[in-house]
Amino acid sequence: MDRVSRREFLIAGAAAGGGLLLGWHIDGGPRVAAAAATTTASEFAPNAFIRIGTDGRVTMIMGQVEMGQGAYTAMPMLLAEELEVGLDQVRLEHAPPDEKRYANPIFGFQATGGSTSVKGLYLPMRRAGATARTMLIAAAAQRWSVDPASCRAERGVVIHTPSRRRIGYGALAPAAAELPIPETVVLKRPEDFKLIGTPAKRLDTPTKVNGTAQYGIDVRLPGMKIATVAASPVLGGKVGGLDEAKAMAVAGVRQIVRLDEVVAVVADHMWAAKQGLAALAIRWDDGANAAVSTADVVKDLAAAAETPGVVARKEGEAAAAIAGAATKLEAVYEAPFLAHVALEPMNCTVQVRKDGCEVWTSSQVLGRVQATAAQVTGLPLEQVVVHNHLLGGGFGRRLEFDYVTQAVRIAQQVTGPVKIIWTREEDVQHDVYRPYYYDRIAAGLDARGRPIAWMHRLVGPAILARWAPPAFRNGLDGDALDGAVDLLYDIPAIQVEYVRHEESVVNTGFWRGVGVTHNTFVIESFIDELAVAAKADPFEYRHALLTKAPRARAVLELAAKEAGWGATLPAGRGRGIALNYGGAWDTYLAQVAEVAVSPAGEVRVHRIVCAVDCGTVVNPDTVKAQIEGGVIFGIGGALWGEVTLKNGRVEQSNFHDVRVLRMNETPAIEVHLVRNGEPPGGIGEPGTAVTAPALANAVFAATGKRIRKLPLKPDQLRSA
Amino acid sequence: MQLTINGAPREVDAPPDMPLLWVLRDLLGMTGTKFGCGVALCGACTVNLDGIPRRACVMPVGAAVGHAITTIEGISATPSGRKVQHAWLDLEVVQCGYCQSGQIVAAAALLAKNPAPTDTDIDQAMSGNICRCGTYQRIRAAIKQAAHAPSTVNRGD
Repeated sequence: MDRVSRREFLIAGAAAGGGLLLGWHIDGGPRVAAAAATTTASEFAPNAFIRIGTDGRVTMIMGQVEMGQGAYTAMPMLLAEELEVGLDQVRLEHAPPDEKRYANPIFGFQATGGSTSVKGLYLPMRRAGATARTMLIAAAAQRWSVDPASCRAERGVVIHTPSRRRIGYGALAPAAAELPIPETVVLKRPEDFKLIGTPAKRLDTPTKVNGTAQYGIDVRLPGMKIATVAASPVLGGKVGGLDEAKAMAVAGVRQIVRLDEVVAVVADHMWAAKQGLAALAIRWDDGANAAVSTADVVKDLAAAAETPGVVARKEGEAAAAIAGAATKLEAVYEAPFLAHVALEPMNCTVQVRKDGCEVWTSSQVLGRVQATAAQVTGLPLEQVVVHNHLLGGGFGRRLEFDYVTQAVRIAQQVTGPVKIIWTREEDVQHDVYRPYYYDRIAAGLDARGRPIAWMHRLVGPAILARWAPPAFRNGLDGDALDGAVDLLYDIPAIQVEYVRHEESVVNTGFWRGVGVTHNTFVIESFIDELAVAAKADPFEYRHALLTKAPRARAVLELAAKEAGWGATLPAGRGRGIALNYGGAWDTYLAQVAEVAVSPAGEVRVHRIVCAVDCGTVVNPDTVKAQIEGGVIFGIGGALWGEVTLKNGRVEQSNFHDVRVLRMNETPAIEVHLVRNGEPPGGIGEPGTAVTAPALANAVFAATGKRIRKLPLKPDQLRSA
Repeated sequence: MQLTINGAPREVDAPPDMPLLWVLRDLLGMTGTKFGCGVALCGACTVNLDGIPRRACVMPVGAAVGHAITTIEGISATPSGRKVQHAWLDLEVVQCGYCQSGQIVAAAALLAKNPAPTDTDIDQAMSGNICRCGTYQRIRAAIKQAAHAPSTVNRGD
């Protein structure tokens, strides 16, 4: 997902009042952030991320959002490391929407996703901290008439080393604010790091264990009403009719808002809104998708897979090599639509006035939230105020803003603030689903079983073409192809093709692990098939093909060693291995899974061992937590994850049929980190991406059954 | 009707069939208790009623009258709740945190009843609480750590 640009430029320019604005410009011409610094004269705000008051209070403004992945600890660690303050000395503030000042350098706009925060901001955040530190030291040196080089900073205090004079950042703030912005700053050497690389405590934990953490759904405003909604259960359908009087008769119901494709019941509280919605007995005009089922979707994908795709990678003549190979293998792999089911249901609170609009929500794309509210209301951007909150899970769902657009449209009909909350059923049935992917893959082996050619044609929608159009280039969706074009195995002839196939029956978008999740399942299952055909050990087979990928080889070795690869397992158990690399993340992860399959076909996961090389580690505890959590997300998805359609409607509705992993099903998970000085890679998603193929390969080892279609459902595995 | 929440009497004007969850969140402004599914499948709304974990999203408020309701906002006033919170902080259990109110309330109820739970006990007590971030392994470790923690001195809070 980083095909937009891997480069970022830090542009500093003096702003009115002595503040400093930092902006990014991505490719193209310079785009210096133009927004005015919201600072008072006495504050030192050298950039968009740091504000120091005369009282010495250090505020860090978080352009990346917190959805559990630890951004609200990692970003402060990067800033604090260079600013020379302790994490205990800082307070955090959610950033407002600003597509430029808070742009994610990898995307070029304000977004938190794709495991990019640390990868993209490792240097920019440190520079922001170092800039402030340099200016504070310069202010102190000026006051003391000494050489800045004779001063140092420590825990928010500048110290003149020879004389041991000390002065706090607060006292220096006004003078520092008057200084010019240094054009270059010196970053600390890794051996001098005090925070980076340590398992620092998360800054968001205390409020999350005492119930005071504020998520979007927790917003409370004077006079606020609560609404819940029903949108057409079939994409493209409209409201046909409803029994408004019955709903209005429910105590606490205040208003029914009817739009083309959605109805909202506005009430004093959620209970009344839910009862009102049920009483409406809405009749729907289903429209063109009324008869669609999953089988129709798959039929279309299979047909598309017969057509040649846009070539994304070509080395040698793969088709000819396969035709002449000693052994030929080909297979079709399928991965289903998936729902996100973040535990905090979609919600958005809006107040629309004639001269402005205010939005309270939790989003991974704040700038887009502001833009959609402006577009719906016709107000200029600056009259739309957006308040972000902690996210009760994102997983890609909150990279979309459909729920915000809908909420603003509803709020336009309501006087005063209204909080719109989707029920879980509404969430499951109106998600922006992980696409159904359909892959055809083939390989040719030489007489010794070694692959001489590899052909992979993948079929699915181009999410990037919608979500980040500039990143969709030459007919190629870099996300859909991520992991597939980066195939690490040393094979002489490789052809990877992409057939774009958009869905009209459901909306599709990013799901944890994005394109890599689907590609890793296909690639790592198929390489296992090749190993079986070559009568080779799956670990040894991969290992021999990784001579040109030493980091991949190292994690594979480490995972195998820690898992005791090759050691005897109890009867009925199987062990599977998988390797994962996404170009967008630059992280290498190998996993060994141990499973057992019951006669009824139920898969039980007993143990997961991961070896991770994500380069420079900012917070090792967060890295481990993200891998553990990613694995658990991946197990539930691989074993049970599936959204299906019948009569145009999503058949699933709540956690009884959207099964996710629970405590009693959670295996022992071990995470082993490779520490090196490579640039930091992403860690939020690889754990999810690697899990399905490791499980599928373990299932094969346990049962001899090769499952090429997710999920790993009992009906494919029953032994009877 | 009068409820007893975290040891204090609270007067609410609500229909008796209104789920306790919405009474807490929308009428009393106690937003620590979360909405996740509405049908007792995810545990995000867990509160303790006379020390027993209950799903507030399906519990009619009328049925809570006359019972002691403990929510996340009051869990630190219970000895097991305080231990659980400390262990959660110590082991960095939390990620997005949305499910954690329910997890902590359920874990506190478990430890109050069973001071040394086995893995099976933990499975039985905690498998109704979904965590989408996947913090289960740390929750299990934190419950065990809390179980072995010495009782903290009751400072009367």
